[in-house]
Amino acid sequence: MQENGLNNTEHSASQTQEFLAFTLGNEEYGIDILKVQELRGYEAPTRIANVPSFIKGVINLRGLIIPIVDMRLKFDLGDPSYDDSTVVVILNLHGRITGMVVDSVSDVTTLTPEQIRASPPMTSSLDEACLIGLGTIEERMLILIDIEKLMTSPEMGLVD
Amino acid sequence: MTVDMSQFYEVFFDEAMELLAEKERLLLNINVTAPDTEDLNAVFRTAHSIKGGAATFGFSDITEMTHVLESLLDRIRKNEIILTIEHVDAFLAAKDVLTMLIDGHRHGSTVQHQQVATVSQRLNRLSELGNVVASTSLPVETAAATVEVAVESLLPEGMHKYHVTLPVTPQRDVDALITELGLMGAVQHIVLPNDGIQFTLITENSADDIFAVCSFVVDIDALKIEEVSAVVPEPESEAVAISVMVEPAILEPEVAQPQRRESDKANTNNAESSSIRVSIEKVDQLINLVGELVITQAMIDQRIAVLDPMLYENLLNSVNQLARNTRDLQESVMSIRMMPMDYVFSRFPRMVRDLAGKLGKKIDFITQGAATELDKGLIERIVDPLNHLVRNSVDHGIEIPSVRRDAGKSETGKLTLAASHQGGNIVIEVRDDGAGLNRERILQKAQQQGIAVSDSMPDDEVWQLIFAPGFSTAEAVTDVSGRGVGMDVVKRNITAMGGTVDIRSTRGHGSTMRISLPLTLAILDGMSVKVGAEVYIVPLTYVIESLQPEAINLKEVAGQGRLIKVREEYLPLIYLHEQFSIENHCENPEQGIVVILLIDGKKAALLVDSLVGQQQVVVKNLESNFRKVSGISGATILGDGGVSLILDVAALMRTLG
Repeated sequence: MQENGLNNTEHSASQTQEFLAFTLGNEEYGIDILKVQELRGYEAPTRIANVPSFIKGVINLRGLIIPIVDMRLKFDLGDPSYDDSTVVVILNLHGRITGMVVDSVSDVTTLTPEQIRASPPMTSSLDEACLIGLGTIEERMLILIDIEKLMTSPEMGLVD
Repeated sequence: MTVDMSQFYEVFFDEAMELLAEKERLLLNINVTAPDTEDLNAVFRTAHSIKGGAATFGFSDITEMTHVLESLLDRIRKNEIILTIEHVDAFLAAKDVLTMLIDGHRHGSTVQHQQVATVSQRLNRLSELGNVVASTSLPVETAAATVEVAVESLLPEGMHKYHVTLPVTPQRDVDALITELGLMGAVQHIVLPNDGIQFTLITENSADDIFAVCSFVVDIDALKIEEVSAVVPEPESEAVAISVMVEPAILEPEVAQPQRRESDKANTNNAESSSIRVSIEKVDQLINLVGELVITQAMIDQRIAVLDPMLYENLLNSVNQLARNTRDLQESVMSIRMMPMDYVFSRFPRMVRDLAGKLGKKIDFITQGAATELDKGLIERIVDPLNHLVRNSVDHGIEIPSVRRDAGKSETGKLTLAASHQGGNIVIEVRDDGAGLNRERILQKAQQQGIAVSDSMPDDEVWQLIFAPGFSTAEAVTDVSGRGVGMDVVKRNITAMGGTVDIRSTRGHGSTMRISLPLTLAILDGMSVKVGAEVYIVPLTYVIESLQPEAINLKEVAGQGRLIKVREEYLPLIYLHEQFSIENHCENPEQGIVVILLIDGKKAALLVDSLVGQQQVVVKNLESNFRKVSGISGATILGDGGVSLILDVAALMRTLG
């Protein structure tokens, strides 16, 4: 369960996986498309006091109160400006809904197990346990994240 | 194709628990000396229904227990065995065992098989005892008459009993009639002395229907149909005819059983048509959707406010209409979650009865306002605190009969459990006319436990001491109460529900524990306050007043923080903008507003920029998608679709230390 991406691909070589590709600064990331509920524009959230700055606050998503995190602030990437083109990826992680602010969303990419490589040690602020690997499509390289693991990790401070 | 029965288990468990509760209620109300047949039937039906369900799902232990129970009950309701208090006790014990068995299946909790066996033996023994009585008191010849009476006594509503008398008829036709009439209900026949035939038919059909059936077979002029209504002892002539009767002993169960099934079915049907079982998730979803609708409604209101009333008169009227409908809809939907207090109260008569018996006390237990409604979420959480309070009243409050007599009171103590609506709150009181709280003892105990007290403390404050953790003044620790755990838990649970407890007590005349709770957790009356650009909601229950502070009343005390003087009283002052690091707040406290808060008898002042207004808000949980945030108890959605946070007043007070 935990190493969802890797295990799946190891066990059934023919199985391909779909990833939602998005950018943070100059980097392109990919997350399991099945964890994505919807995409929406950015709206100013209600600020919550005494929480890390990357937690922008909470919004009303059709009656649900959901937290909004800005991954650009979390990973210290890109320019955390908010305009009409800023995208919020709404994630549904086992019933818990979270909004994730990214610079832009590019496309949905299908990757075969062969296209996913284990990642070399990186110096990013991303915990390696939350990395699935690196996906390559021709010239592009996606940093594949186990988004569920990341969002529920203690450093995000999104769960009790 | 096999069906997975386990998906229906929950329904069975729920139903069984309800039936058991119903059974207990009936048993407690039953008049042992002259039991009402209807009540006995009802008790019987509960056992029977549980047995049926348990057998369907293969819970053989439950089936066995209910079977023993059912057989004994069956004989009692047929007057074969006289009901005694011993029976009632045994039935109550059986109820407990059944509850244990069901819990065992449901939650995997431990089942004490020894207890099951004991109760089962007890019921069997009572059944055997009854046998002896029955066989000696009823002469064998009248067995048929007993059958008759028994059938009579359980004639359910809407059923009629007819005697259909025919002249001499060929056996072939008699057989045909038996088959035909058998379709309408339970039928018996006997041969009369004049070789005619008499059928006894119990059916819900009318005499005309019977005529219609018989007319195919016999000459209707010679046919006689009489309805037998009351329990009339059979005339002697028919008793003679018994010798010709077709095996009455075998007929009896055949007659009685389909009868019973039908009445059972009729009963369940009635219950089903008046209520349906819906999962709480569905109700909550509905409430959420209506909450959304209310917010959308508020948005429309904001949008149309700028329209010219002359030009858009029709639109504005329609929107007003919509607003009214939405409000009504919200009220009705909220009422779905409301449950009568009876749900809680009904478990106490049994408890008080057992406890009083154990402690040798005489107690009249009275409930008032059992129809008062409370949110389901709260009603489940109030059970434990009430349990403690009632136990306490029985154990410590009400004295034993001799003491009461000496004190010039009636030997029977009075314990009242009352619920009522007061404003937006529900007030639940546990009142007893017992000894009352002992001020000196409480003070003495408090001192022993190192709690700071003084002899001049007002009564109210003294009574609050019993809510301190580990506090008990009981002379002996009994298995009922006195361990000193309880009152602090009671207080904590009630505070967690947003409620309060207070005590009134007069020495020698009894005490009253008064719990005040909000009607629902889902909606709250709030005061919106603004600091900088942010709007927060303060629950109105904690707000006493708000005022504009004057510079002269604001003091800074070293080590104490800020204080504000409000009518000769110094209150700690909390700056909301500091707590929540809000920028762009108004710099000068004199231009702001202080809201005076009261919680747990402690007052504090909260400084905000301005008051926005007062409104009912739908409370949303922050934890469902996020986590607990200190100083915030929840969130709500405002008219413009934005989110506003609800202040956790208790937590804010704690920051004062």
